[in-house]
Amino acid sequence: MAENLTTLTTATFTETVASSTVPMLVDFWAEWCGPCKMIAPVLEEIAAEHPDAIHIAKLNVDDHPDIAREFSVMSIPTMIVFRDGQEVKRLVGAKGKGQMLQDLDEFL
Amino acid sequence: MSTSPNEPRKVLIVGSGPAGLTAAVYTARASLAPLMLEGEPSSTSDQPGGQLMLTTEVENFPGFPDGIMGPELMERMRAQAVRFGTEIITEKASRIDLSSRPFKVWVGDPAATEPTYTAESIIIATGARSLMLGLENENRLIGHGVSTCATCDGFFFRGQHIAVVGGGDSAAEEALFLTKFADTVTLVHRRSELRASRIMQDRLFANEKIRFAWNSTVEEIMGDQQLTGVRLRNLESGETTELPVTGLFVAIGHQPNTSLFDGQLALEDNGYLITGPGSHTSVEGVFACGDVQDHTYRQAITAAGSGCMAAIDAERWLEGQH
Repeated sequence: MAENLTTLTTATFTETVASSTVPMLVDFWAEWCGPCKMIAPVLEEIAAEHPDAIHIAKLNVDDHPDIAREFSVMSIPTMIVFRDGQEVKRLVGAKGKGQMLQDLDEFL
Repeated sequence: MSTSPNEPRKVLIVGSGPAGLTAAVYTARASLAPLMLEGEPSSTSDQPGGQLMLTTEVENFPGFPDGIMGPELMERMRAQAVRFGTEIITEKASRIDLSSRPFKVWVGDPAATEPTYTAESIIIATGARSLMLGLENENRLIGHGVSTCATCDGFFFRGQHIAVVGGGDSAAEEALFLTKFADTVTLVHRRSELRASRIMQDRLFANEKIRFAWNSTVEEIMGDQQLTGVRLRNLESGETTELPVTGLFVAIGHQPNTSLFDGQLALEDNGYLITGPGSHTSVEGVFACGDVQDHTYRQAITAAGSGCMAAIDAERWLEGQH
């Protein structure tokens, strides 16, 4: 797993997202979600290739449903990009690396 | 196993569901060093592994008396294909030219002058994708109550009222799965009886969380930020009613993924590839298997069986070329 992949919990979510110096993409996922597993390696690659542009963190919705509820996540994978603790972009559904890079272009 | 990009592959397989992976196992064991374009991650049934990646328990695949989860079955098929030397690329074909041999296949920019790969034979296993209702608000509310993946999203509808549209096995399976979470699941079906298999129908009728809206279609998807309900039209009375739901799952059927072959291969009126004898398509050296050419059976096991046919047909055809 790439070094700059953070695992978030209910306890660490707000603090970690707010204190990130670069945009932070939070991947809302769960073990039982096939498409979530498919995009995990894509996100790891993007994290490794753009370590100074974007940080990637994962939040397991099964373990932390309160955070998923707080952000009205009703479908996974959902990826929310936070800048200075504020949501600035939301992507819903798995996609290939090319499309993902295009969607995240403004941050990379 | 890999050869230089310029050297034609003996067999190139497009698609990685049960049909494509079975074709890979057989062509790999025939020492044809198959190259597979498995597709890209997606949440709408065209992902690597195919439609089974979005299902839960598969109970009718022979050899698994206790059932097996769809994604696990596909992982095992993939591992079997890799074990015998299949080279797998996690990308989609963007363009395929079947006008001369070797056939030309592009990934990435379809306008590039040089193809990414060339191949002496091609096995098409691009499958079918789920149909959506095609209503206003549908795309906008994906992720806000409208879902393309019951196994991914069912969890978020705990204690809520939701609807599933459709009357076949896929709709029945989704509805039953969703009763694990939702308080009620209304199955909206345009006819007065289901197409689903007897065992699935029995389970539906025995489940007290399942409601039925017979002879009904969804006319409108309602909701601003979040889905709030659907407007149903009863096809017999013409009456419309509002069904308040926070979740909507659509399982009304499939459409074959044939856009890469438009104008190149013979299609049936309903868009499926025509095959026969066996897995031969209308272009020599091009074979098809699985749901892209089957609108009758559409099962994992028939897809796998037809993938085996395509592999054997391709192997024999290649032998005849030398």
